[in-house]
Amino acid sequence: MRKGPSWFNLTSLVLGFAFLYLPIVLLVVYSFNESRLVTVWAGFSTKWYGEMLRNQQLLDAAWVTARVAFTSATIATVLGTIAALVLVRSGRFLGRTLFSGMIYAPLVMPEVILGLSLLLLFVAVDQTRGFWTVMIAHTTFSMCYVAVVVQSRLAGFDRSVEEAAMDLGCPPFKTFFAVTLPIILPGVVAGWMLAFTLSLDDLVIASFTTGPGATTLPMKIYSQVRLGVTPEINAVCTVLVAIVTVGVIAASLVTKQQEARRQRDIRRAEAQG
Amino acid sequence: MAKKPIGPVRRDFTPWESGNAKPFIEFRNVTKRFGDFTAVDNLSLTIYEREFFALLGGSGCGKTTMMRMLGGFEEPSAGEIFLDGQNLAGVPPYRRPANMMFQSYALFPHMSVERNIAFGLQQDKLPKGEIEARVQQMLKLVKLEDFAKRKPHQLSGGQRQRVALARSIAKKPKVLLLDEPLGALDRKLREETQFELMDLQTELGMTFLIVTHDQEEAMTVADRIAVMDRGRIIQVATPAEIYETPNSRFVADFIGSINLIEARVASRNGTVTRLKAPNLEREIAVSQPTDANVGDTVWFAIRPEKIRLGFDAPQNGTANAAEAEIWDIGYLGDVSIFHAKAAEDLILKSTVANITRTVERPISWEDNVWLSWDEDAGVILTR
Repeated sequence: MRKGPSWFNLTSLVLGFAFLYLPIVLLVVYSFNESRLVTVWAGFSTKWYGEMLRNQQLLDAAWVTARVAFTSATIATVLGTIAALVLVRSGRFLGRTLFSGMIYAPLVMPEVILGLSLLLLFVAVDQTRGFWTVMIAHTTFSMCYVAVVVQSRLAGFDRSVEEAAMDLGCPPFKTFFAVTLPIILPGVVAGWMLAFTLSLDDLVIASFTTGPGATTLPMKIYSQVRLGVTPEINAVCTVLVAIVTVGVIAASLVTKQQEARRQRDIRRAEAQG
Repeated sequence: MAKKPIGPVRRDFTPWESGNAKPFIEFRNVTKRFGDFTAVDNLSLTIYEREFFALLGGSGCGKTTMMRMLGGFEEPSAGEIFLDGQNLAGVPPYRRPANMMFQSYALFPHMSVERNIAFGLQQDKLPKGEIEARVQQMLKLVKLEDFAKRKPHQLSGGQRQRVALARSIAKKPKVLLLDEPLGALDRKLREETQFELMDLQTELGMTFLIVTHDQEEAMTVADRIAVMDRGRIIQVATPAEIYETPNSRFVADFIGSINLIEARVASRNGTVTRLKAPNLEREIAVSQPTDANVGDTVWFAIRPEKIRLGFDAPQNGTANAAEAEIWDIGYLGDVSIFHAKAAEDLILKSTVANITRTVERPISWEDNVWLSWDEDAGVILTR
């Protein structure tokens, strides 16, 4: 047996990763370009980052995006968790299959259709479009992602833990916050983060449902690119990539460490009998 | 009729015999249906204060449903349940003076041992100092003082079991429900814990209701056992009575090992009934009156340890003996089990205690032996 990957595997690995990351690497590299022209390298500089921080419109858009993402992710997490609880817990009720099917619909529904239908709804109820309409729209479509994530966490949940809490005198509502929520918290947090990222990078739905004064960062980037790409945009995107990367790496390191400690504890506990 | 006592009894504790003792837990004609399936079928049962009561049966016999109805996790489809005079209908689990120890222990994984134990006390809004004192007391009781700050996953199975126990008795409930409490422990630890449970129950003076499929466990810990099958109670009695005087073939077969011989009633008087089994030459004499008429088919049930095994034919009497050929031998150390073929279709089991380390003449395969037993060694079963 030969050690290490075969040539075929190695080639596919390199090609696959190049396919995935080359565009991002180019984007990052050119954010440090001296030249105004994105495609011509003229030496290293961080001046575009300075430009970016002086661009008030860009900063405003980033602030709107952060607020929308935070609010919509939070509301979507509450609603999605409730939906997941109903789906996993309520057993059979009339229309259960329909309900569980419908909760997945936004996952596969084209964003354009979702955006358009939300726009039509807001027009129909005569709602002035702006921050709140984008926020509601984002809540709508990210809620189902949260429901799916929390549902998987609830699937392995031992209900006798809740029964034990009630048995010890804890009413059902309080039991949820004292026992159920802490146990499913990792799933809920993961759902929140997913909803946050989804809202962060959504362009289509935001374009449909936004109004004056509520331009999100992806919309701003998109509209600037149409007027010509400047390294400033590269810089903004690099910052976004950096934030996401640091977040993902930190989260996975923490989980890995916790799991390792947990396994060690279990082994130690079993060893002492 | 004055009967000789059967087996060990807790002295001065037989409220079920007094006739005027106040019932503590009472199931009155309770039925529980899940869809088409009847889990508990029109069942009545009385349990007394400070009793250690066991519900024993195979899986799906309804024993767990009985316990869950008492805990408030299921409502009966029909009938009523009383606890200390209170009708429990419609009372939610969090208002019932019963606490349960779950089969899976159901510890709160995100809380330390002491917070697990304190949880129930906090629900009662007891003063902080009192909660702390009670938690310490419980930790001491289950010998987990050094583990107070640990999380459940940092404990071994036996320690988790003790945390679950401490948590369920911390509130001093009127009745403690134990759902297969020792099922996840290995054999040695289980035996130790059974005795610890008994001591604890005596010490606390609480009523314990245990659900188990393990007959040894039920026999060890319980004052009385209810043997259940398909939603019905077949027999309620002390462990010794269940073992020595089962009321049916089901109970006889379920508890321990038994020889069942089908026979007809040959003759009967007030005290001794004589049976004739078609495949045994000699008659079976039993010092037990029976309702069965002469000629009726009944079953003679005798425990393997009550059948004597020897090379010589018994001297006295013409009944209660059979010649047989040794078919199989199982050596278990403390006892040996002999399977003796008394007839073409009748193999009788006999267990012999190995009270000496060596024997003069060991019994071996294909030896011809005599089986014999006393008149009061077995019972007649009519169902």
